[in-house]
Amino acid sequence: MSAAPVVEVRGVRRTFGSVVALDDVDLDVHAGELVGLLGPNGAGKSTLLSLVSGLRRPDAGVVRLFGGDPRDARSRVALGTTPQETGLPPTLRVGEVVDLVSGHYSDPMTRAEALARFGLEHLERRQTGGLSGGQKRRLAVALALVGRPRLVLLDEPTTGLDVEARHVLWQALRDYHADGATVLLTSHYLEEVEALAQRVVVIDRGRVLADGSLRSVLDLVGLRRVLLTLPAGGAADVASLPGAHSLGARTTAGDDERVTVLASDADAFVRALVERRTPFRDLEVRGASLEEAFLALTAAQGDGRGSGAPAQDSARDQERNQEVSA
Amino acid sequence: MTTETLGPRPAWRLTWLHARLTFVETVRIPIAVIGNLAFPALALLFFVVPQRAVAESPLYATAAVVQLGVFAVMSTCMFSFGAGVAEDRQLPFDPYVRTLPAGPLPRLAGRVLNGVAWSYVSVVPIVLVGWLLTAAALTPAQAVWSVLLVLAAAVPFVLLGLAIGYRLSSKAAIAVVQAIVFPLAFAGGLFMPPEAFPRWLDLISRALPTRALRDLTVQMVTGVEAYVLALPVLLGWTAVFAVLAVLAYRADEGRRFR
Repeated sequence: MSAAPVVEVRGVRRTFGSVVALDDVDLDVHAGELVGLLGPNGAGKSTLLSLVSGLRRPDAGVVRLFGGDPRDARSRVALGTTPQETGLPPTLRVGEVVDLVSGHYSDPMTRAEALARFGLEHLERRQTGGLSGGQKRRLAVALALVGRPRLVLLDEPTTGLDVEARHVLWQALRDYHADGATVLLTSHYLEEVEALAQRVVVIDRGRVLADGSLRSVLDLVGLRRVLLTLPAGGAADVASLPGAHSLGARTTAGDDERVTVLASDADAFVRALVERRTPFRDLEVRGASLEEAFLALTAAQGDGRGSGAPAQDSARDQERNQEVSA
Repeated sequence: MTTETLGPRPAWRLTWLHARLTFVETVRIPIAVIGNLAFPALALLFFVVPQRAVAESPLYATAAVVQLGVFAVMSTCMFSFGAGVAEDRQLPFDPYVRTLPAGPLPRLAGRVLNGVAWSYVSVVPIVLVGWLLTAAALTPAQAVWSVLLVLAAAVPFVLLGLAIGYRLSSKAAIAVVQAIVFPLAFAGGLFMPPEAFPRWLDLISRALPTRALRDLTVQMVTGVEAYVLALPVLLGWTAVFAVLAVLAYRADEGRRFR
């Protein structure tokens, strides 16, 4: 894509007191992309969005929005964001809140159109304090779109919604994206990112761990943990077996070593263990949840010389294997 | 890229939008307004009207009405701006509004407009009680001056309110505003004329913005001369409050998200 990126994040660091929320983060989002920012709670996703929307300043690095400083109102004329659902002014009516927001844009949707996209048209005269949680959530997303922004930032858009409402909201977002908009959303639900995003950025402890197609990131997070006890020194061998992704934690007990292998294909890995007559015992296979997978990956990275640079998946595997054999 | 040619909406339109909806929000919680409206008028009714010596003297009655009018403006500005801003800052809607394509000016200006508007509303009951039940009287020229004086009274206290509201959490702001409004009002001669003060209190009083404002206002509507330093004292405090408000606003930009 030749045009300048819609969002440009370069070497950004942001701390809150002693907590490092973002550490040397790079991210480009180009026009028309639908990017999911995936990571456990506290990973730094919301901090990243707040930098892009101009709410906060990075301690180091550069954030650009449509080529300008997001803290300058002129850079935000084509930006739409959501309030947290609990944050709507309770005494204002739904229609009035929509007017307040749409008044800031030069070519907004009409009240009726914005409300109709989210099935809220019959609630126009209701005070927002009287809406249900799901209605507030839908109104919050409607507010992000009412100004016809070319970039929409959504922070956990469907948290607290029931399944049906979630699907309605997803469809509305897909429709809006199909009209040509760029969407950057955060979620800690893998399912949500799977349903919406084409490109996934995995972030944890303030670092970008992976940035790639949905498929490649799913492979990365769809890991199993295989625990087994081996004679000392056998770990490097098993790490190169088919199905193995990388080595996790290792603890030595006497001559033996308890090894955790992160496996992208646990079945193939176990089959290979057996075929090669590897002298293992106490085999356990555990599903790694998204959060566990993140934790395992970040822990492994922290042990080595992980730089926090965005790792492409293949490069990442290679680096990891080198770490292990070193 | 069409955005490069588009700017934010004109500031006056956004100011009007924020002013209008802030006004609506305030009206919908009427008890907040009624408290501000009722207290000074009730004070006039209970403490001034029964004292016929005061109520039947055009001079004293007018001064009393003006003193309580200044108090009404002060408490309206301090409570709605001091406590109000601190409360707004704690709502998640506040950071959201800051992501909209507009600088801080429209929202702040909208708030100031509301402070001034509610200041006018807050003097209405006092003027009515004073007009109907006391000998207080204004010439048409004085009446026009009073309209401008409400504005002059509102500005320093709006600024002080903003300084407190941007500096403190909502609960702390309410407490601090209360701790400031009543001593300032009393020592400034808004409840009791300064002629009744002991000498030491009178001296302290002359350094206060409330006293300066009270004397200037009384001079305007009754012709009783204010003390010489009244205007410099008022302007000085207005400048101090402006600086405090700006500093608090800046500090808030950096600290809010900890």
